[in-house]
Amino acid sequence: MRQSDFIRRLPFDGSPASRRISLFNAIHFDLPLAIGIFLLCLLGLFVVYSASNGNIATVYRQATYMGIGGVVMMLAAQISPRTLERWSPWLFGLGILLLLAVLVMGSGAKGAQRWLDLPGLPRFQPSEVMKLAVPMMVAWFLAKRILPPSTRPVLTAFTILAFPVFLIAKQPDLGTAILIGASGLFVIFLAGMSYRLIIFVASCGALAAPALWYTMHEYQRQRVLTFLSPERDPLGSGWNIIQSKTAIGSGGFFGKGWLAGTQSRLDFLPESSTDFIIAVYAEEFGMLGVTGLLVLYLYIVGRGLYISSQAQDSFSRLIAGSITLTFFIYVFVNIGMVSGLLPVVGVPLPLVSVGGTSIVTLMTGFGILMSIHTHRKWLSQ
Amino acid sequence: MPTQLSIKDNSREIRVHKNRAAFAMAGIFLLALVLLSRMIYLQIIQHEHHITQSEKNRVHLEAIAPTRGLVYDRNGILLADNQPSYSVRIIKERTKNLDHTLQQLAQLIPITDDDLKHFQKKIKQRRRPYEAVPLRFHLTEEEIARIAVNNHALPGVEIAADLKRFYPQKNLSAHVVGYVGRINESELKKLDPTQYSATHYIGKLGVEKYYESLLHGDVGYQEIETNAHGRIMRVLNQQDPVPGKNLHLYLDAKLQKLATDLLADYRGAIVAIDPNTGGVLAFVSTPAYDPNLFVIGISTKNYSALRDSPDRPLFNRALNGQYPPGSTIKPFVGLAGLEHNITNWQYTISDPGWYQLENDERFYRDWKRQGHGHVNLSKAIIESCDTYFYELSFNLGIDRLHDFMQQFGFGKRTHIDLPGEPQALMPSSEWKKRTKGVPWFPGETLNAGIGQGFMLATPLQLATATAILANKGKVITPKLADLGFEQNQADPDSRHINLKTPSNWDAMISSMTKVMHSFNGTARSSGAGAKYKIAGKTGTAQVLGIRQGERYEAEKIAERHRDHALFVGFAPANNPQIALAVIVENGGGGGSTAAPMAREIFDAYLLSAATEEKSTAPEMPPLANNSGQTDTITASANDLSQITSRM
Repeated sequence: MRQSDFIRRLPFDGSPASRRISLFNAIHFDLPLAIGIFLLCLLGLFVVYSASNGNIATVYRQATYMGIGGVVMMLAAQISPRTLERWSPWLFGLGILLLLAVLVMGSGAKGAQRWLDLPGLPRFQPSEVMKLAVPMMVAWFLAKRILPPSTRPVLTAFTILAFPVFLIAKQPDLGTAILIGASGLFVIFLAGMSYRLIIFVASCGALAAPALWYTMHEYQRQRVLTFLSPERDPLGSGWNIIQSKTAIGSGGFFGKGWLAGTQSRLDFLPESSTDFIIAVYAEEFGMLGVTGLLVLYLYIVGRGLYISSQAQDSFSRLIAGSITLTFFIYVFVNIGMVSGLLPVVGVPLPLVSVGGTSIVTLMTGFGILMSIHTHRKWLSQ
Repeated sequence: MPTQLSIKDNSREIRVHKNRAAFAMAGIFLLALVLLSRMIYLQIIQHEHHITQSEKNRVHLEAIAPTRGLVYDRNGILLADNQPSYSVRIIKERTKNLDHTLQQLAQLIPITDDDLKHFQKKIKQRRRPYEAVPLRFHLTEEEIARIAVNNHALPGVEIAADLKRFYPQKNLSAHVVGYVGRINESELKKLDPTQYSATHYIGKLGVEKYYESLLHGDVGYQEIETNAHGRIMRVLNQQDPVPGKNLHLYLDAKLQKLATDLLADYRGAIVAIDPNTGGVLAFVSTPAYDPNLFVIGISTKNYSALRDSPDRPLFNRALNGQYPPGSTIKPFVGLAGLEHNITNWQYTISDPGWYQLENDERFYRDWKRQGHGHVNLSKAIIESCDTYFYELSFNLGIDRLHDFMQQFGFGKRTHIDLPGEPQALMPSSEWKKRTKGVPWFPGETLNAGIGQGFMLATPLQLATATAILANKGKVITPKLADLGFEQNQADPDSRHINLKTPSNWDAMISSMTKVMHSFNGTARSSGAGAKYKIAGKTGTAQVLGIRQGERYEAEKIAERHRDHALFVGFAPANNPQIALAVIVENGGGGGSTAAPMAREIFDAYLLSAATEEKSTAPEMPPLANNSGQTDTITASANDLSQITSRM
């Protein structure tokens, strides 16, 4: 039998492209998004190899996490947005309970209680759950209202948001608290909170900022002070930022070349394979490489916002937009802090920094995006 | 107004959402642009700064101390050696708690407050993280073992091999070679920080101090790539240190030992000079001390014992001791009288045992109460007649005496290659007016004429003046180190004292020879039986002023108030090879105590030198017990210096 005969007999309309799309659709897989994620992960593995001083075991472990992340992403993509919406309050409630449990019986290091040891489960940070549960909850709440929302539901949404953010900030984990807060705020913003109200709230926040100083922990103040003037304590808390700036700056336009960055390979750069990995990358691949990386991130973000705008119900729109914007905020905060634009908060560079939890959480988010996009077509037909 | 319908308007929602998403995308582009501008700022604009910074991070210059030059005597006997030694060093970053580690170490090995002070200062001066800072030097085997056993409990503590200065001749060389010690704060300010960046020790006294720059050598460096933990990854570039120059002294260790032994029971000094070169053959001040104590860091107890000893062993009498020279200056005063036609060899006085000035009640007594009878200049030298010199110096006057004596170096620094030499004092009327504000009295000239009163001279000055006399006026500068050709080129001492009647040199030397070799010479017993002729002059300097009409009786006076015994001389008289000055504090008479010492030194130098010349390959018997092994020690020390050197 000739191949053309086979094609003719197929029940589809015959175009290979549409066949592929419908196949991916059937398994709830978004190829453009997946290509971006794949390229980013691949690049990440190369950087991790260099940042870990050629430790191939670290690369394998990272790749394994990425594989797990991929599986989790595909699993998440199978869950329809409607189901997700139904789950939102329950997930949120569970998250709050876990956060309270952390406060009571959490474990941790360096004066922070962030981890929870539950029997039968691996040790994990409940705040990771909240990274998705909080925007979902806010989206769930607002999606039921008439959008754009009036002042009252906005204030209620703020209240819903404030509780987990407060609990996480209390651990203390200011970086995560801010990012989770931001993910909720993105939902409110995308829902159409009036610009007038945004300006009002923003100016209130600016006025309240000095008060925040007094509620901060000593180490958080240190970080802010160090951010303002890293030379204050060059061998102590300023060391990281001085060394990372040196690493980035010494990379120049073309970089020193893969595996040739002296700052990280000679251990001057701390946390070189986790939070500060962008410094390794910038040292070895230069401004050209950083620009390429930013383009890759912007591509993913663009695809995410496209998915958000194509979504067919309020919840999907809001949650897709929030996941995408939060993803970019991770990128911005991480590169900003490593290059000395922002204070040092523990935020990894998405899909590049070594760390399983972060990868799995991010991939779950991408899974939700894929679910939103692929279920939509199925719903509309 | 109708209440707002609670119906969701999907199209409006989509419109709002698209609007917001577009707004967000614009914001994202803006933020991405911010990141990109930051990258442009760091990677393009500040690139030069950061690339330098990154190089500075990774590449370090590590100074390598040069090996300090050795010091030898004229026969190649080692006076200052380098020996391997071990120090304990701490890498602050590797310790869990520095204070705790220090406490632990203090329980294992003795650590002084001084060690701690130096250590804390060095810690602050470190140029890179993970740099090892020395805490204590010269560990004993037992201390090394104790640290090694407890090594597991002492992270960041390591033992390093250094070189340590060792003086095999111990107290024999103390006042000549001096010693090195740890660099102190005031020295640190004056030193070239680059040259001394790896050096912990510096010459504190003697030749070690004077020739510091020569002995020290030039620092070397290693350009090393280190990681952030200070681990050396590789050596990028190396400039070897230039070891310090070895110094060969004119000093004769055998003579030095002999002179030390002769003075063993006394406080005193012996300086012997080769009049032909100015080279110092012996330079002894007793009592001395073991300079090795200072290298290790002398304990307070040992130091106060040395400092507070009534014999003052730390005091360098040969260099800094200022004594009334007494009758030893009479040959020079005699020459001054001859030069100014105050006297001649025929002029004779009758000595009643005293001298009196007009309008002065005071009796200026001769040491011989009954007098010397008829005395001419020659007899005045031979018998050391004071009365003759009272009259001579009175007629000469203090200022003419001062000017003449200065030519021989009295009241002036000799410019020997040792630090801290005093001028001593050759008085003049101008000096007295300037310092005391009162005019010069004629009676004071009489005292000056017999080397008493204001006049003070150091043993080194006396030996130098004697060498010049032996040279018949050819001025020499005494020097310890034989720098060879270079020095002779740079320092041609062409000065020469010209007498109007040059034959006076020979006549004076002949009179001085009779001091040793004639029946009435004050040092005849020391000249007896010599195979060569000695020219000399004894001196006995009063320590205690003797009141008018009183007698000096040695037995009745406390030992410390007895006269100083002095002797100056040279031999052989016709071809001087060695000139010396001997001062024995409270030794009694110059003829009885000082002159016999001089004779032994002359014998040892002139007679053994003669036998040495016969045998072409002189065998040098080991002087101190350990000088036999010195050579092997040197060899191993030099090997070690290839690895690390810290001296």
